Amino acid sequence: MPSSMPATSTRKTAATVPEAAARFSTGDAVRVANGAVFGHVRTPQYVRGKIGTVERICGRFRAPEELSRGKYDGAQRALYRVRFLQVEVWPDYHGDPSDTLDVEIYEHWLEPVRTKR
Amino acid sequence: MSAVHEHDDRSFELLERAFRELLIEKGVLSQAEVDERVELMYSRTPALGARVVARAWFDSEFKARLLADGSAAVRELGIDVGTLKLVVIENTPEVHNLVVCTLCSCYPRMLLGMPPDWYKSIAYRARAVREPRAVLAEFGVEPEPGTTIRVHDSTADMRYLVLPRRPAGTENLSEADCAALVTRDAMIGAG
Repeated sequence: MPSSMPATSTRKTAATVPEAAARFSTGDAVRVANGAVFGHVRTPQYVRGKIGTVERICGRFRAPEELSRGKYDGAQRALYRVRFLQVEVWPDYHGDPSDTLDVEIYEHWLEPVRTKR
Repeated sequence: MSAVHEHDDRSFELLERAFRELLIEKGVLSQAEVDERVELMYSRTPALGARVVARAWFDSEFKARLLADGSAAVRELGIDVGTLKLVVIENTPEVHNLVVCTLCSCYPRMLLGMPPDWYKSIAYRARAVREPRAVLAEFGVEPEPGTTIRVHDSTADMRYLVLPRRPAGTENLSEADCAALVTRDAMIGAG
C-alpha cells in the first residue's frame, strides 16, 4: 500500500509509553467530560460525566476525532482503561455492587477528581 | 448512523462497494490488496485463540506474560497478529469477564476470526453493559453468587481475549486436547 495512504500508518505507529508521559496514573480517580461533541468520537455516551478509576495506561494513539476528519498527523494522546462501578454508571443496576465496567478513554476526555473515593 | 442500522441494511454494502471502487480508481489501493486482506481475515478461526488459552493453562510463566502483554506473548507462539493490541483478562473463581464493543464490532479478529452475528447485534451491544448478568444467563453462564462481573467495552485501540478457567477433570488431557475444548464464546466471556 502506498505511503500516501495515511490511514494505514495511524494504528501502526502507536507505541507503548512509560507511565511518566501520561497525565494520570493507575489508581487515579477521573471524571469523563460531559460535553456535546459533533462528529466521530470513541467515548460512549453512557459514561459521560461519570467518575471512575484508571485501571491501566494503554499507550499513545491519535485522537479519533481528528482521524475521522482526515487529520493523521495530530498529537498522540494517552489512552487509558478506566474502571467504573456499574452501580455508579446505572443508578438502577441489578447485580453485585462489585460489578465493574472497563472502558477505553483518551486523555483529552478525562479530568482529575480531587477527592478519591 | 451506526447506532441505528442493522446488518440486513444493504445500503452499507453499496456504500462499501462505492468507496472501494473509488479508492481503486484513484490508485490508493488495488483489488488484489483488498482480496488479500479479506482472505487473511477469513483464514483466522477461534482455534488460534484456543491454542493460546491452552498454552496459558499449561504454562504459568507464559500465562503471566500473556496477562502482562497479550500481543507479545501471542507472537511467542509464532502467531502473526499484525498491529493487534491485545489485552487478556483472566476468569477466576472471584471474577468473570465479558467483552463487548458498544460502539461497533471491535473484536480480536486476528486471533478469533470474524465475530459472531450476535456480537454485532444492537441488543447484545446495549445489554452487555447494562445488564450483563441477564445476558450471561441467556448464554447459560451463571456465575456463583458473590462473583464480580467485569464488562470490558472495546471502545478504542485495544482488543480483548478472555482467558477462561480450565474445566475440572481435564488434568490428564494433553494441551492440544484442552485447546479443543475452548469455545469461541468462552473467549468472549459468554460461554
